[in-house]
Amino acid sequence: MQLEIRDQGGRSRLRLSGRWTVEESAALEARLLKEAIGTGGDVVFDAAGIEAMDLTGAWLLRSFEQRLKDAGRHVEWTGGRPEQLEFIDRTEADLDRIPTAEPDVRNGAHRALRELGLRAVTAKEGALDVLGFIGVVTASLGRIFGSLRRLRLASIVRHVYETGLTAVPIVALIAFLISVIVAYIGAQQLRKFGGEIFVVDLVTVAVLRELGVLLTAIIVAGRSGSAFAAEIGAMKLNDEVDALRAIGMDPIEVLVLPRIFGLVIALPALTVLADAMGLAGGALLSWYLVDIPFGQYLERVQGSIGEMTFWVGIIKAPVFAVLIALVGTLRGMQVRTSSRELGRLTTMAVVQSIFLVILADAVFAVIFMELDI
Amino acid sequence: MEPVISVRGLVNRFGAQVVHDGLDVEIRAGEVFGIVGGSGSGKSVLLRTLLGLQKPAGGSVRIEGHEITRQRERDLLAVKRRYGVMFQRGALFSSLSVVQNVELPITEHYRIGSGLRRELALLRIRMVGLPGIAAEKFPSELSGGMTKRAALARALALDPAILFLDEPTSGLDPISAAAFDQLVLELQKGLSLTVVMITHDLDTIFRVCNRVGVIVDGRMITGTLDEIVRHDHPWIRDYFHGERSRAAWTGGK
Repeated sequence: MQLEIRDQGGRSRLRLSGRWTVEESAALEARLLKEAIGTGGDVVFDAAGIEAMDLTGAWLLRSFEQRLKDAGRHVEWTGGRPEQLEFIDRTEADLDRIPTAEPDVRNGAHRALRELGLRAVTAKEGALDVLGFIGVVTASLGRIFGSLRRLRLASIVRHVYETGLTAVPIVALIAFLISVIVAYIGAQQLRKFGGEIFVVDLVTVAVLRELGVLLTAIIVAGRSGSAFAAEIGAMKLNDEVDALRAIGMDPIEVLVLPRIFGLVIALPALTVLADAMGLAGGALLSWYLVDIPFGQYLERVQGSIGEMTFWVGIIKAPVFAVLIALVGTLRGMQVRTSSRELGRLTTMAVVQSIFLVILADAVFAVIFMELDI
Repeated sequence: MEPVISVRGLVNRFGAQVVHDGLDVEIRAGEVFGIVGGSGSGKSVLLRTLLGLQKPAGGSVRIEGHEITRQRERDLLAVKRRYGVMFQRGALFSSLSVVQNVELPITEHYRIGSGLRRELALLRIRMVGLPGIAAEKFPSELSGGMTKRAALARALALDPAILFLDEPTSGLDPISAAAFDQLVLELQKGLSLTVVMITHDLDTIFRVCNRVGVIVDGRMITGTLDEIVRHDHPWIRDYFHGERSRAAWTGGK
């Protein structure tokens, strides 16, 4: 028992004992809250029995003492007040010098309005950020045409390797599997009309025009868009981007452009690979489901593609690459303060680049239809 | 009285590189102990060993009588509640505000109501001389000096008996550094702490430390400030009697 109270002719004697430490704080707090404060009369504290007292215990005791005083009771200490309490007194005495935060007293409507305004301003700043970033990148792009050294070939090669070469297995596997799925579903449906042979046309056109490039772009957005944002974001947190500027290097030229160039090279190459794997998957399924031998499959492929079919797909790859690289690097550059922001912006980079890729694909579809390609 | 920290025959090596080669040191309750040594002499490794973050290759480390080198992570927790650490660059969690940073160790170790927890955290924040408005700020919004103070507040969150400070005044201007030294002294007296600090700052050593340990050749030479200053090891002589030290020497006396 840390607290014992006895009444002696109008005076309350409080004998404190035991451990007044952070380990006991929950019990102490409950015990002190339970204690009736009462009114009038002196209170005499006796701290002689306290075995140990740390700051937490002292704070609890001091708050209790304060409550007694506030209730108008006179407080005394026999055998002296513990020095930990005096220490807190000294700290709190300095409080007058130190400004404290003003409490937020605004009401709900005010806060809702404030939130709305805040979002509007954030949206405006976000849009300006994007425009500004595109402008800065374009300006840097203009500068590097002046000198080849600024192209940073080594850096570009590294990004081609990281975004392209290392993505080969996953892109190949997914392209193969998707064309298998398309061929399988196609064969099932076309069999109803006795037109199984058109499975080849379906796979060829779908893979070359849409699926090959779209799937590759989505995989790359997930792999490299996030990597761009996280890598640049971590550099921002570590002041490396400021260090580049201080050395007199343009972070856009050093960090952003090589990534854009690297991806512009890697994504079309991966798309060609995805197209090839897709056609291979189609060949396998055509043979397996509709008994079309490989030679006949190739002939059929030749017949089904127009002169533009392949190019319609591949032309989209560099555009997607630029979108993914821009979003990834922009979000990375926007990391400013905390590691939480790094996670949020990396997620944003992936989600937005996948969205933009699909949106751009839809725009391409409309354009090609109007052009009748 | 048993020393608070007692290190015997500590050996730390990374590959072929031997950092500590039979290092002994005893740190007593209530003193301010300064650890000094050249760059790469193993000050940080020693601190990491004391904190239980690094398993030494040999020797024993006892903190308040607990041998920490052979303990499992779970048993170390009891020791970890007894010390607070202030890392060199603060190591404040960037996604938490200052007051949340201070509350975090309390929340993790003790069941305390959120009201009291916040009061206790704010008390620490005031104790280290931070203005109340700083409590709701995030680490990225703090100046260098404020970051140090916030880190000190977090180190004090659990009412530690031992306070480890890694280069407490590095990166501060001389006036802020002096104020920080003063703060450490006040807290050390007010809370009867044992303070162990790594420092390069001669001013800090002269102002704050009772005893000093110098790491040379993988071992530690300890003594009172006067003893160490008179020591005839060449590195120590250079350190305390070189160009840079003269101002601090005359200033401190």
